[in-house]
Amino acid sequence: MDDSVRRESGGYIGQSVPRREDKNLLLGQGNFVADIQLPGMVHAAFARSPLPHAKIVSVDVTAARAMNGVCFAASGDDVMAALPPINGMQVVAPQGWRDRVDTDILIPDQPLIPNDKLRYVGEAFALVVADSRYIAEDALELIEPDLKALQPLPDAESALVDGAPLVHEHLGRNVAAFLHAKKGAGAEGLEAASHRLKRRFVHHRYAAMPMECRGVVADYDTRTDTLTIWSSTQVVHWVRREVATALGMPEERVRCIAPDVGGGFGGKGHVYPEDILVAWLAREIGRPVKWVEDRHEHILNAAHSRDNIYDVEIGFDDDGKILALTSSFLVDSGAYTPVGAGIAGNSIAHMLGPYHIENYETDCKVVLTNRTPNAPYRGAGRPEVAFAMERSVDLVANHLGLDPAEVRFRNMIPPEDMPYEVGLTYRDGVAMIYDSGDYPSALRSALAELGGLETIRQRQKDALSEGRYLGLGLGCYVEGTGVGPFEGATVKIDPTGKIMVATGACPQGQGHETIFAQFAADMWQVPIDDVFVTVADTGHVTQGYGTIASRSTVTASGAIKLATDEVHEKVFAIAANLLETAETDLELRDAGVGVKGVPDMHVSYRDIATAAKPGWGHQRPDGVVAGLEATSYYEPPTVTWSYAANATLVEIDPETGQIAIEKYVEVHDAGVLVNPKLADGQVKGGLVQGLGGALLEELAYDDHGQLLTGSLMDYLLPSASDVPPLAVIHQETPSLLNAFGVKGLGEGGAIAPPVVIANAVCDALRPFKAELNSTPVRWAEIAMFFDQNG
Amino acid sequence: MKPASFDHLLPTSLHEALEMLNTHAPDARPLAGGQSLVPMMNFRLARPTVLVDLNRISDLAYISDAGDHLAIGAMTRERTIENSGLVRTATPLLYDATLHIGHLPIRSRGTIGGSLSNADPAAEYPATVLALDATLVAQSVRGERTISAAEFFDGVMTTTLEPDEILTEIRMPKAPPGSGSALVEISRRHGDFALAGVAAQITLDGNSVTDIRLAACGVGPGPIRLAESEMILRERGLSDDALAAAGGAAAAATDPDGDVHATAAYRRKLAGVMTKRAVGKAAARARQSA
Amino acid sequence: MTAKRSITVIVNGECLTGEAEPRMLLADFLRDELRRTGTHVGCEHGVCGACTIIIDGDAVRSCLMFAVQADGAEISTIEGLATNGEMHPLQKLFSEHHALQCGFCTPGMLMTAIDLVHNSNDHSPGAIRIGMSAALCRCTGYVGIIDAVMEYARQVHGDAAVTGDETGGGRNDG
Repeated sequence: MDDSVRRESGGYIGQSVPRREDKNLLLGQGNFVADIQLPGMVHAAFARSPLPHAKIVSVDVTAARAMNGVCFAASGDDVMAALPPINGMQVVAPQGWRDRVDTDILIPDQPLIPNDKLRYVGEAFALVVADSRYIAEDALELIEPDLKALQPLPDAESALVDGAPLVHEHLGRNVAAFLHAKKGAGAEGLEAASHRLKRRFVHHRYAAMPMECRGVVADYDTRTDTLTIWSSTQVVHWVRREVATALGMPEERVRCIAPDVGGGFGGKGHVYPEDILVAWLAREIGRPVKWVEDRHEHILNAAHSRDNIYDVEIGFDDDGKILALTSSFLVDSGAYTPVGAGIAGNSIAHMLGPYHIENYETDCKVVLTNRTPNAPYRGAGRPEVAFAMERSVDLVANHLGLDPAEVRFRNMIPPEDMPYEVGLTYRDGVAMIYDSGDYPSALRSALAELGGLETIRQRQKDALSEGRYLGLGLGCYVEGTGVGPFEGATVKIDPTGKIMVATGACPQGQGHETIFAQFAADMWQVPIDDVFVTVADTGHVTQGYGTIASRSTVTASGAIKLATDEVHEKVFAIAANLLETAETDLELRDAGVGVKGVPDMHVSYRDIATAAKPGWGHQRPDGVVAGLEATSYYEPPTVTWSYAANATLVEIDPETGQIAIEKYVEVHDAGVLVNPKLADGQVKGGLVQGLGGALLEELAYDDHGQLLTGSLMDYLLPSASDVPPLAVIHQETPSLLNAFGVKGLGEGGAIAPPVVIANAVCDALRPFKAELNSTPVRWAEIAMFFDQNG
Repeated sequence: MKPASFDHLLPTSLHEALEMLNTHAPDARPLAGGQSLVPMMNFRLARPTVLVDLNRISDLAYISDAGDHLAIGAMTRERTIENSGLVRTATPLLYDATLHIGHLPIRSRGTIGGSLSNADPAAEYPATVLALDATLVAQSVRGERTISAAEFFDGVMTTTLEPDEILTEIRMPKAPPGSGSALVEISRRHGDFALAGVAAQITLDGNSVTDIRLAACGVGPGPIRLAESEMILRERGLSDDALAAAGGAAAAATDPDGDVHATAAYRRKLAGVMTKRAVGKAAARARQSA
Repeated sequence: MTAKRSITVIVNGECLTGEAEPRMLLADFLRDELRRTGTHVGCEHGVCGACTIIIDGDAVRSCLMFAVQADGAEISTIEGLATNGEMHPLQKLFSEHHALQCGFCTPGMLMTAIDLVHNSNDHSPGAIRIGMSAALCRCTGYVGIIDAVMEYARQVHGDAAVTGDETGGGRNDG
């Protein structure tokens, strides 16, 4: 693009710069894992458990191995003999968190292919590699497993029953983690409250469900003893670490690249057995190996999420001021917990939302069951607590006959109290401080966007007199974003004078190549096309963390800035040498360095790069080492706090219970927006996922632990015709924690819709005193209220 | 999710297809649009060893005016039906039903004969032909026979076609002048199979009902003709009371299963609501056209 | 396994021949045999729409056809939309309206939209929304996609054709 955008505004940050990612994707020239074809490549497929809980008596792969076109087959015995399990704790919580939140954690390691027992429907018990995926699937049918069904633990409550069988016998219990946290007087705070309400809230199981399933291609080069892995992942550096560990290779000899990734949303945010197995197969077989997960496998085997039960008690006074809240909750973690207690940690930290509540106490059990492993998905523990909290606020309002909006205003932290010390510890181990924001203003704007509270209430009254049921739903949340531990970036000036940026961020559609170019172009005062950005490749940044947890804008920009600062120093020193002037007289301008106020006195980055070269003829001043590059790691002090207020207006069909959403509004604040158009896209995309979770999507299990929704015929993703008019309004309260004032925003949109819809429906059904305290919101349940009330 | 191996036969005439089917029955299956069969094959839930592909038999794709009915070749694409002016005027219920089938790219391939032969209880065409008393023509090497819609469906995804028979033509009675019709359904998303749907065609004389045909989909092992509801409305007209009674009778006539999308009780209730709405919409259209 | 057969198709005006067993899905044939990987495979059961291509004028799911069925057919895919490196107007509109994030659904979205805008009679916003619900996107919430397709319909048919109520919003007619 041309330079005009920048010149008008003085910078790219804050501009809706068109995405550089679009062109290839629109021309059909993207390169996704499934598109990779290497000479001699063979195809892996996995035999997966039909049973939720079974002892493996034997698995015979002889016939499969002997089949024409098959080059390899392995059972769990074969794999367990060759490879260790994946460390159960891919993310290790810092000591500061463990010190301040009471924990008792026993996380099981995950065998790459188990040989003792199978713990969920979809867990692999054997693999084959063949000339094509078609032949590989034929071969899977020749594998004869002898499985002895064990009593399944189909949900968290059944796993906690005394004497229940164990998912992992060696742990001696079905609880992977007990957590406990307290603020103020905790549960004792309830005693002072003149009103108390107790409710159970259930948030059902659904999942990221990216349009591209997972996939891995691996190629091993014998001469250099090097493995190259292309994985559809959000965390290339984690994949490198786990593969290197499992295969006994130096990390430097393992390169992981995430090429174009077709959505992730958390579901690709940790290392899976297949990442390691496919790499191992490539080395073992000596040919490139490809595995592309099909949709059925994805639904069974890629991580699920949500699936929590909350028992909440809330104490409040006559004015609706909330005095204390307790919450005891279960996370159905499924058979393994690849990201440990991270989701529960988020839930504990986010329960209080935008409200000032003196007393809070919570305890949690992360429960192992015979369901698919549960891992973070967009929101990651926040939609669940937002549901419990924001339903509770509405119940308080109904109990007192107050407007739910008014109760929110009465309890919200006012902007003048910012920064606000929460009195809890975040999972980065740091005391939680909401850094900036104006929560009441967000809620006021959301209501105004729907016509204003008075108008809405009048419309409801008028409608009711005609037998029509309108409901206003509200929901607010805060979200810790930009979490550590770190992100890495390498910044170089190329000999041609172009700016080369590489970061550990691993985008899946967010537009990182564009926004990091915006950052770098402003830092270097160059046209954006002079910036080249590389992401998601361990070959370009020594250490990186990845794109999860609404963190990359904050953490990668921080790393790019640190690396840039370092290179800037050398650039100024060398430029001063070339221009024979003091560094203090210099400024960055016009793709180089110039003397302030002297237009002709200027050297280009190209000239500076030439001067910086090692060897004969360099023009570096004394003490400046050769080269113009730096690698830096940004370790954020703690998280930045985004937040939002949501509001919607719905109408219920009294005969069918169907919900028509007239409009859905989110007023969102993620600090300074780097690229407003992309930010808007993130929030809207998140909202529609949240609406999907509220109304359509469900990973339903029967009482025997069988998944009932194993196809996209039954797992219903929202389509274009399911999307109501959306309005997203951005407040921009800069963060105080970083140089650019940015906060994260990838997850936010998905947090509130389930509770906002539930609140709206309950509001519409207020004449019946209806309560919907579980998700998904079902038409049948709504229709029942009308049937029961004639 | 790759299909198991099969042999693919590509006849270019009906005669050839019937011979092939006869030779390879019972392991052979005719392949029409494939919009239901191919997904089942990709999941390896269906694994025919021979597919007799009917897609190159141009003689099976037609819509022709046969006086009191439209004769529609079994391999006529749903999209062709949707775009046919003849269908829209002569059998508007069929047009209405078509718009509810899946999505445009599904209708590009899906055929009327394939949909009927697949006999999904939630599909729209089975209820439509049942409501209209359409006649279905089947052929095999043994000859041709006609089957009434009422006799064609035989439980969940099952028909009375013999393994060597192919459905070749659907004879859809034309809507009487001044009648109105509608297919109304409720599904979780647009294009999904119905939780409950009702096809209605109605002829009015003032406020009295001279002819009415109702059939439901999604609420039983196959399409269900709502005879009791028809009788109530014929006898009592379109008063609110009569509509409510017809809805109640429709709900009682259904035999739904519950699943993750809706309980049996909810589907039953919806059958009643859809009946009232389909009749209401069909009657409004009848009044408009009168 | 059944013997492979030679299949010839015209893809974006180019006559291409490859080999396929009868069971090979057309999507796989295009991607793996003909190396035209612009068409994506997202579910292999006809729901997600990522594999939508245009065959002999109509948008179809290429995961629900076998390659042998397409022998002799004329196929258009995402790779054929641009001319001489110049993006098709619809592609430009997708970029302008931020109608893609990860880009995985994009091939199906574009081909669905081309068929919908050029070959259907109803260009009302409601019909466009319903028509575009044939393909699933997990990133964008469809906001940019619908805006881009409506704008394209206006370019093709004029502003007057693209008017009327925007129904949709998940409502059935029930």
